[in-house]
Amino acid sequence: MNTRTPRALLALVAGFSLVAAACGSDDDATPADTGSAATTTATEAAPATDAPPATDPAETDAVDAPERIVSLSPTHTEMLFAIGAGDRLVAVEEFSDFPAEALELPNELSGFEPNVEAIAAFEPDLVVIGGDFTGLGDQLDAVGIGWWDGPAAVTLDDTYAQIEQLGAVTGQVAEAAELVAQMQADIDAIIADTVVPDEPLSFYHELDPTYFSADSTTFIGELYSLLGLRNIADGAEGDSGGFPQLNAEFIVSADPDLIFLADTKCCGESAETVAARDGWGTIAAVVNGNVIEMDDDIASRWGPRVVDYLAAVSAAVEQALVPG
Amino acid sequence: MRAERRERVWTAEWTDRRWIVVAGAVLVGAVLVGASLGPAGPSWWRVPLEMLNRLPLVSIDSGVTDTEWNIVWQIRMPRVLLGGLVGAMLSVAGASYQGVFRNPLVDPYLLGAAAGAGLGATLMLTTGRSATEDWPIDPVQLVAFLAALLTVAITYMVGSSFGGVRSGSTLVLAGVAVVSFATALQTFILQRNLDVVREVFNWILGRLSGSTWSDVRTVTPYVVLACVVLMLHRRHLDVFRVGDDEAASLGVSVARTRLVIVVAATLGTAAVVSVSGLIGFVGLIVPHVIRLMAGAGYRRVVPLSILFGAAFLILADVPGRMLTSPAETPIGVVTAFIGAPFFIYLLRTRKMV
Repeated sequence: MNTRTPRALLALVAGFSLVAAACGSDDDATPADTGSAATTTATEAAPATDAPPATDPAETDAVDAPERIVSLSPTHTEMLFAIGAGDRLVAVEEFSDFPAEALELPNELSGFEPNVEAIAAFEPDLVVIGGDFTGLGDQLDAVGIGWWDGPAAVTLDDTYAQIEQLGAVTGQVAEAAELVAQMQADIDAIIADTVVPDEPLSFYHELDPTYFSADSTTFIGELYSLLGLRNIADGAEGDSGGFPQLNAEFIVSADPDLIFLADTKCCGESAETVAARDGWGTIAAVVNGNVIEMDDDIASRWGPRVVDYLAAVSAAVEQALVPG
Repeated sequence: MRAERRERVWTAEWTDRRWIVVAGAVLVGAVLVGASLGPAGPSWWRVPLEMLNRLPLVSIDSGVTDTEWNIVWQIRMPRVLLGGLVGAMLSVAGASYQGVFRNPLVDPYLLGAAAGAGLGATLMLTTGRSATEDWPIDPVQLVAFLAALLTVAITYMVGSSFGGVRSGSTLVLAGVAVVSFATALQTFILQRNLDVVREVFNWILGRLSGSTWSDVRTVTPYVVLACVVLMLHRRHLDVFRVGDDEAASLGVSVARTRLVIVVAATLGTAAVVSVSGLIGFVGLIVPHVIRLMAGAGYRRVVPLSILFGAAFLILADVPGRMLTSPAETPIGVVTAFIGAPFFIYLLRTRKMV
């Protein structure tokens, strides 16, 4: 008899999640909207985490703002700090290394293979997930912990949407709106300041030393497009979800004007190691010293620091156009 | 009677030579095709002309620009040559292992060369970092190579501690156990260092895409040494075919010969795996294809494995870089995709025992 009640509750929660997922999945056909498919769910512990962003912030704050947040994604850790919810974080996952305050939090949790018991040990009332691949949401529902899921963004709009949603679930709506507005203004300013020559500059974005790259359909690729750069990875057939492995012959003959290395931290690549590769010495970017060492972490996250990334790319473009 | 026998021997030798010439021609053709075709660079027919032009005393206007030649020589050639070395080594090692253990399902990774190399590379990638330009050798490659050798040595010691050197199957089973253990260790380490998962998988998955001249220089001595030793022992492998006891009664020191062959095959395999990762299928299937075409005698299988194995991997790499150009198709996919149907066709038509 007494097994019935929890089961009914579970069914109810599962049903709710399904509805939430179904609402989101309407947009799945267009990749640009996957960010808005971020699902929010509510349980007894955090009854109103799915409140629409329009809710009055003061009211949300007073009634149900979570007090103990666990972040399972470095991107969302950055977002939470940026909207002023960082002081309510009680634990972050292992790669959350920005801002510096994040390093002071317990960081043994894994975002890739999350362990619901280890998470529950922190007694959170909100768990922020960066893409739920393991059914963590259902497990959290089962133990009555509220959660929010924001899978990897595909466009800047996804980033803005996720920041606003995080603002809503943490009761920092005004701060989130302010952050989004600031980011948009900064990005507009960078775009306005960047000169786009008649013949657009071409570039190669390197993800790792085996020449995996990212085309313009990806989040990082979109950033370059904003500045009018031409991606040599575009049009690679057999495109592996926007991240093709390019052929070295192709890269050398495509002769990119700029090379952005997003494998400096992981793999120790640098302008010197690139110049030393067999046959790469003739590439325009190498000859003219336009091999730029980027920060792998910023390049792989879709948080507030995309503005910094864009600024670095813009500076590189300026450098390439005005040599010396 | 004697004349007849001499004639039969003569015929066999003549057939041997004919096969070697055919295989050699196929290999030269494969190198030319491999060097000529690619997603960038000059038109394919200009490449052989330019190669002639580069020979001393020959001057042909091939119309290849310096940039195009840079692509062919600096990027494509090391890839072709490394493909040849890897293909030759894996095939001949596979053939030798199959002979020495009298087991048709054995491949060069059986005794732990690949699992050991993978574990070594994982350790290096998780703890430190790879290539700094001023290092003469990529530390990841070096550690992978040493770990591969160490793993096979452990397999050998475990296998022989049960008096198993007399029976090849004990060694095969020891290999299965040691490989499982090494793989489990590797999985455990990886699971605690998820940030390098992509790198490690990239490393383990067979690849020729990043081949450099330095890779070619690194593996050449090992491959040449291993091939020479295995060539010298090809008649011993024929004796092994009749069984360990029979081989012993024919005057072959079974344990010692097996050790020499395994050491040579392992040394070459470890070197090759440490630069190009785990390329499956070649070492298992190429020797069988050769047996189906040219007969099961090792006098022929060993040299033909070297030549055809090299040609096969060079040719398999061409669609690898052309098919989804400018993206890459993993070499292991191509070898299995081309090789498996061809192998099934041979099995059906030749009725292998």
